[in-house]
Amino acid sequence: MTDVKPRIKVPKTAKKGEVVEIKTLVSHVMETGQRKDAEGKPIPRKIINRFTCEYNGKPVCELILHPAISANPYISFFVKVEESGTLTMAWYDDDGSVYKAESKIDVTA
Amino acid sequence: MIDGAAFRCRAQGHEDDGRVEMRERTAASRRQVIKGASALALGGLWLAGRPAEADVAKAHKLLAELIGGKTPQEGKVRLEMPQIAENGQSVPLTAAVDSPMTADNYCKVIHILADGNPEAGVCSFKFTPASGRAEFSTRMRLAQTQNVWAVAEMSDGSVWMTKTEVKVTIGGCGG
Repeated sequence: MTDVKPRIKVPKTAKKGEVVEIKTLVSHVMETGQRKDAEGKPIPRKIINRFTCEYNGKPVCELILHPAISANPYISFFVKVEESGTLTMAWYDDDGSVYKAESKIDVTA
Repeated sequence: MIDGAAFRCRAQGHEDDGRVEMRERTAASRRQVIKGASALALGGLWLAGRPAEADVAKAHKLLAELIGGKTPQEGKVRLEMPQIAENGQSVPLTAAVDSPMTADNYCKVIHILADGNPEAGVCSFKFTPASGRAEFSTRMRLAQTQNVWAVAEMSDGSVWMTKTEVKVTIGGCGG
């Protein structure tokens, strides 16, 4: 799927030990599997079922998503940063695709 | 329409009353009519949009699976949602727990459940001490007026829960 684009808002700099807010939005239909098409056939489920976030390779948080999450899922959360590094995020699709995004945070004392 | 009819009715029935008095009376009755009508309409909506008991039971079953037979205590976890959602397709929610988020005392996970959706599970957010703050936001679908549950599991094994009712004008799960 080429139309799935994660958009993220991550601060570029932070103080050591600061808790920073991360905002993410990914364009995705989040098809519930409950709906039927014009001919009455069920439309198969296709959602992002998992989201993960790591900082410098260490897991920060994980979200398990069900069909009750709206289309174009918005997720915001917090990360405590102790040293400069890279925040890596991944969205896992039902069809096996993985969408990734990353951003660097510069930490000052 | 109702309003106008009531006004005419009153006006004819009290022809002998003084003008000022009549005006006051009709104004009062108009307010009553409007009040009554809106209460009726709201009541109707509520009756049409209440989760079935089967759905609520489904949510309880899922909750038992998620927290493994523990009994959740009231409080500690906070769930912020609008009281009325005009469009059930996308309802913002923020869930949070007051926790120091240190290595030996932190919130492990917040589960969100909905007791009137086709599927009770909404999402589960797993934290680590690296989260710094046990709080997250997202947007969810609501098929009808129902309770949304937030259930938090702490690192010490305690489970906390809160429920909030969201009234939905247009459901967000249908075709």
